[in-house]
Amino acid sequence: MNNPIAAIGRVSINVFQDTIKILGLFFNTIWWIIVGPFKGKTASRTSVFEQLVFAGTQSVIIVFFITFFTGIVIAMQSAYQLKQLGAVIYVAPMVSISMARELGPVFAALVVTGRVGSAITAELGTMKVSEQIEALETIALDPVRYLVVPRFLALLIMLPCLTIMGDLMGILGGLVVGVFNLNINPYRYVTFSFDLMTWKDIWTGLVKSGAFAIIISLISCHVGLETRGGAEGVGKSTTLSVVLSFILIILFDCILTGIFFFSNM
Amino acid sequence: MENREVVIEVKDLVRKFGDRTVLNGVNLKVHRGEIFVIMGGSGCGKSTLLRHIIGNLKPTSGRVELLGTDITDFYGTELDGVRKKIGMSFQSSALFDSMTVAENVSLPLREHTKLEQSVIDIMVKMKLELVGLRGFEDLLPSEISGGMKKRVGLARAIAMDPEIIFYDEPTAGLDPIVAAVVDKLIIDLARKLAITSVVVTHDMKSVMTIADSVAMLYEGKVLETGTVEEIKNSKNEMVQQFINGDPDGPIRFFQQKDDYLEHLTQ
Repeated sequence: MNNPIAAIGRVSINVFQDTIKILGLFFNTIWWIIVGPFKGKTASRTSVFEQLVFAGTQSVIIVFFITFFTGIVIAMQSAYQLKQLGAVIYVAPMVSISMARELGPVFAALVVTGRVGSAITAELGTMKVSEQIEALETIALDPVRYLVVPRFLALLIMLPCLTIMGDLMGILGGLVVGVFNLNINPYRYVTFSFDLMTWKDIWTGLVKSGAFAIIISLISCHVGLETRGGAEGVGKSTTLSVVLSFILIILFDCILTGIFFFSNM
Repeated sequence: MENREVVIEVKDLVRKFGDRTVLNGVNLKVHRGEIFVIMGGSGCGKSTLLRHIIGNLKPTSGRVELLGTDITDFYGTELDGVRKKIGMSFQSSALFDSMTVAENVSLPLREHTKLEQSVIDIMVKMKLELVGLRGFEDLLPSEISGGMKKRVGLARAIAMDPEIIFYDEPTAGLDPIVAAVVDKLIIDLARKLAITSVVVTHDMKSVMTIADSVAMLYEGKVLETGTVEEIKNSKNEMVQQFINGDPDGPIRFFQQKDDYLEHLTQ
């Protein structure tokens, strides 16, 4: 049993099986979103709305908080280098572009994983271990349509919105440093922030945040629905879902950045 | 009873979880309108059998027919047609935590019918009246007792006027009076609404009160089926031991002694 090769084999099989299941959940969700309305079986509007409020509106403050301070830090760190070149004005586009391309989407996604993804896994996990998922199936309601689709849609809509707002907050954080510490004229700081930015900087960031939304909702729902073993199982699932989402977010961030970097779109 | 229509038929049902055989060739026939009790010790596969009958689990081999439809190979939405005709009362009630009592009971109606909200409200009140809980509509499951939760679960199970209701341990964990109330409810629902009932339990008092037919399950097999009287007078020692709750008998709770010594000194 302790044979390391056997252990690697077992882990690989598990990873493979889970990947298949997550892809299955993805296609099942898409099927319900696209085909469901034609069969009169849409996700309930109230539950989508509830999820939009929970995932989006209630995450705004914490996303603002994190991105604002990130903006300040980036501004200070880049000013430290740029001062030596006498090019402190370049702090402005440095902050705005790195927020839009990279830090806005990633930080918003990490915040939402911790706040929303964990809550989804804990909720679905508890429903699973207390037979509520089975009860749903028994009254002929598909858990994917009833539980996964509203959460998937809510995250897919709200994470890009949060990202845009986070980007702006980061730029504001940079502005504070630029104006009060580096003595740059605020008007000049803001115009210069956007002058060097291209549309590509913005849409690649939004594509990333869309991909992260899919990752977070699928992982948290899948892990929640696969929960076994009572309260302990729910705890384990929640941890697993957050850790797995973090890893996949960073991994896909790297892959997507690579694609955008090398494709010269 | 025998000439009535068969609504549930289980043929040679075998289910293995890994190396462990939980159900080992179960055969059952449930007729329309009767209260059919599946009894047996903890871990003998009662709940597993129930989950196979309602299609939530799939057998390793064997067939399950529900209301004249062979559901053995049905998955997901294929089952929905049959599932709208059955109700299930869960061991842990399985009420949706985030919904009030009324929302729990009305969920199947809201999702599967096109009734006006006002009509649904009236129907919910009627169902809650049947289980003696009218007036508790706006409470959350966390605000009511275990016995009340069971009854709300029951109200939800009968919301769609099912042809068959399944009960998983309806009296487990309830005090004797509430247990008797639930037993009476099961009988009332079966007689008043002419619903077929399948009850899984190990509560002998409840079996004697409610059952029309009884099947005793042991180690994944049906030991004996018959009416309550037939089971009471059964010659099978295992059945007798179970009915009388005797710690000594052919059903062994503990492992063999020599096994124990070997285990300790291992």
